[in-house]
Amino acid sequence: MTEQLKMDEVQPRLLDETGQGAITRPMDRPEGALKVSGRATYAAEYKAANMAYGVMVRAAITRGSYTVDEASVKDMEGFLGVWTDHMIRNSAQGTMNTNPVQPGLNIQYFGQPIAVVAAETFEQARHIAHALRIDYTSEEGFEVDPETASQVDESVPVDQGDLDRAMADAAFTVDATYTTKPHNSAPMEPHASLAEWDGERLTLHGSYQMLKYNRNELADSLGMDAANVRILSPYVGGGFGSKLGIAPEAIGAAVAAKALKRPVRCVLARQQVFQMVVRRTETRQRLRLAADADGRLTGVGHDNWQSNLPDEQFAEPVTAATHFLYGGENRRNAQSVARLNRMASGSVRAPGEAVGMLALENAMDELAEATGIDPIELRIRNIPEIHPESGKQYSSRSLAQCLKEGAEAFGWQDRQAPKARREGEWFVGMGVASAARTNILMESKARVTLNPDGTALVETDMTDIGTGTYAILCQIAAEMLGLDPSKVTVMLGDTDLPPASGSGGSWGAASSGSSVFLGAKAIRARLAERLGCAPEALRLQDGVATGGNNRRPLAELMDGPLVEEGHIQPGSKSDEMAQASYGAHFAEVAVNSVTGEVRVRRTLSCMAAGRILNEKTAASQVHGGMVWGIGSALHEGVEHDHRTGHVVNDDLAEYHIPVHLDAPRHDVLFIEERDDHANPVQAKGIGELGISGAGAAVTNAIYNACGVRVRDYPATPDKIFPHL
Amino acid sequence: MRPFDYVRAETTSDALRADGRIIAGGTNLLDLMKLEVETPERLIDVTRLDLREIEAQENSLRIGALVPNSDLAADERVRRDYPVLSRALLAGASGQLRNKATTGGNLMQRTRCPYFYDTAQPCNKREPGTGCQAREGFNRILAILGTSDKCIATHPSDMAVAMRVLDARIEIESPSGETRLLTLDEFYLLPGDTPERETVLEPGELITAVHLPEPPKGRQAYRKVRDRASYAFALVSVGAAVNVEGGKITDAALAFGGLGPRPWRDAGVEEVLIGETPSAAVFDKAADVLLRDARGFGANDFKIPLTRRVLKAVLSELTGVAQ
Repeated sequence: MTEQLKMDEVQPRLLDETGQGAITRPMDRPEGALKVSGRATYAAEYKAANMAYGVMVRAAITRGSYTVDEASVKDMEGFLGVWTDHMIRNSAQGTMNTNPVQPGLNIQYFGQPIAVVAAETFEQARHIAHALRIDYTSEEGFEVDPETASQVDESVPVDQGDLDRAMADAAFTVDATYTTKPHNSAPMEPHASLAEWDGERLTLHGSYQMLKYNRNELADSLGMDAANVRILSPYVGGGFGSKLGIAPEAIGAAVAAKALKRPVRCVLARQQVFQMVVRRTETRQRLRLAADADGRLTGVGHDNWQSNLPDEQFAEPVTAATHFLYGGENRRNAQSVARLNRMASGSVRAPGEAVGMLALENAMDELAEATGIDPIELRIRNIPEIHPESGKQYSSRSLAQCLKEGAEAFGWQDRQAPKARREGEWFVGMGVASAARTNILMESKARVTLNPDGTALVETDMTDIGTGTYAILCQIAAEMLGLDPSKVTVMLGDTDLPPASGSGGSWGAASSGSSVFLGAKAIRARLAERLGCAPEALRLQDGVATGGNNRRPLAELMDGPLVEEGHIQPGSKSDEMAQASYGAHFAEVAVNSVTGEVRVRRTLSCMAAGRILNEKTAASQVHGGMVWGIGSALHEGVEHDHRTGHVVNDDLAEYHIPVHLDAPRHDVLFIEERDDHANPVQAKGIGELGISGAGAAVTNAIYNACGVRVRDYPATPDKIFPHL
Repeated sequence: MRPFDYVRAETTSDALRADGRIIAGGTNLLDLMKLEVETPERLIDVTRLDLREIEAQENSLRIGALVPNSDLAADERVRRDYPVLSRALLAGASGQLRNKATTGGNLMQRTRCPYFYDTAQPCNKREPGTGCQAREGFNRILAILGTSDKCIATHPSDMAVAMRVLDARIEIESPSGETRLLTLDEFYLLPGDTPERETVLEPGELITAVHLPEPPKGRQAYRKVRDRASYAFALVSVGAAVNVEGGKITDAALAFGGLGPRPWRDAGVEEVLIGETPSAAVFDKAADVLLRDARGFGANDFKIPLTRRVLKAVLSELTGVAQ
């Protein structure tokens, strides 16, 4: 049986009635011990009998065509083969569901995956990949500079009122340009696939975020029927967008395995993760804010310039939060996507907000400075009644409360004027930024089984990319079925299981969580029927059912397992209301007056994301977001060579993500909230809220510390010390 | 990684007789081999040799070549008498790497120029005669002093900067059984037309120790500026030992990291300081001398003014005179 719900109506808050006490509490993730003891098997750790090793080969020119000279390597020890068939140019974009661009023997950027070699051992394969002779025919006329690109796709998605007029008439204005460098997801686990064929059937152990799409992408790339593809990703060591779509190593492993009639494992080297998957585009953003004498916005302009390869549909939604966060009747956004011969741009954690809010929230700080209004008060004053573009009502929105309670907890009242607080060589200051991330519900399915012995099983092809999916699905099932969470087993990451939303867009927990909720709800209905009470009257707690003056252990009500499938679909509620998670980030930083080095001292995030399903895993998401925010504010930037476009800093020594010392104490507070319009569990996304705006709190704190306004991210010492 | 032979040396003479590339901690060499930047046919593992002692000798310290960076940094004598070295070591790499990296290996680490690491790019150091992509490329971390048309790589070591301050001598044993002691300036070559040659170490020779002479008079400091709080190579670093008596600078030794192809020391800088009453003006003069031939290549231009600021701050700290 399938319990289906299209989210057209507000649903009752059943999880507030169940009373098992499993939901929300900061439960440890059930698979945590496996992970920290090395017993959780990740894609690159699977071994198959008679397995061969594949290594991807990259293009070493920027544009042209190529052939591989198999003879150059065929006598090398361990050589099994080299193939160029079906190569994908870059990873599929998130939810693409079809093959990414397959350019054949054409090269469109330096670093493009152009072949896979296989050998008996990994070391042999790597050596052969290095030795393989590629005959290139270079083509001139490639472009790698976004500022001079000849092909630029321009659009003006929002043009409302008269922004120029609003700017001219305003009491206060900000008109500033901000730039951000490209980012790499840099997940701890590199992309990895083990492909095994059984006749026409392909099984792939991979590291992917959205299996139901990945299966179709893989099948389409290989020209086969998706029904013959099974993907398993029970554990994923971080994805951050880079594993949303099928990636080059999966194709390489599958092609080589088919040709060799042997299992083939292919793992991207760290450098290849930087070269051939997807990056976040660099951006240039112009922010125009017009405000009246009271600091109320009358106009908001947010134009952006970015880049991508030709034929990629994805564009970074830089203004994602700008559309709805603050008011102002005159609004304009323009977007330019330069078409370049550089690695593809795609989703990297919080596509849009991660960089768009750096600029927006920095600009709001500049407006606060211009108006002389406290940055928190300015933000609160500009929270709009209705969506300033669509006119829709907002669903739950605790932004003002997040700003106020966060400020109180952080000690915002001790903030002083720029340069006022000094400790030896260090200027010390505080910064704030709003956080906002659009909430999305996606179709998702899960199967829930309740056994007479009081155990339960949740099955779905949903993934846990380190986020805590195992924990929260366990808690939802336990809460609904009245079981201790230790009695619930969650099986994930297998396309043979009911297809879920996948992990991405911050929609995974609420979407797949709703499907589990619905499956469990259907089981509750059957138990109520057996107990002879209305479903609303049923109470399940610790393996005992109560209702209609009856009280029976589950075992007495059941003659076998009860199996139900939950199926959530987005409905009219998604369009009726403007839905987003909100929060406020606070940072205290010290800036060295000699060197311009910035050291974050402490941070705090006060978040509101509907029902919090697990306070620990939710807080961990926010911690991770803040670390990313610190990285984007201070450290991270992919450097492309200006002649070839290739990624220069392609390892973790020179692509600087924060280390522990860069990311000190971070407190996370949650505001109690339910979003009845979001989904039947009243939760909203939190996976990307933590990064949205976080970096701007850091750069705003830099300004408050030392009076230097950094608009060119990341704020490395060279951007600061010359102004001190 | 190209297939290679592996030989474990049981004695120093084994190591000297064997023809191959020396490996100790391998924290740099193995990375380079995976990338095939280095393709030795044979590795000589010297980690079993008896070179792990830090011995006090008359007014000096002999540091065995296999002493791990973490042990050296923690050594009580080093911390007490040569704090610049302890601090430099702790400013480098990560705890895990310092446990594995050795004193001799640290001296021998290769540049972190990204074009050197990428075998799809021309690089005169890796493949002589192919050209330097870094000069006009992304050169943020590269050198402003001692460069040549052929190469602008920096030497990445923090430890070596401190050793340069301390007038350390590198003990080298040759296959003929001779031992020689070289200063770091004698040991490291400037790139000139042969950037592939980084040291005077001849094939078959082995670094067996580093000798620290009598501790310098006065106070010592190591200051490193980097892009993140830990685990990043120096943008600029300054190692210094300065003594002030009777209001005058009597002794000064200064060396710099992140600026040149070797730990950089310029006697002219010290000449400007010695005998002078410390002041912001004198510090500026020292910076003028240090930087008179400095040349940026675009992304690393900022190192020139940054070096001046850091040098002045270090001198100010050590002399107690405000900048």
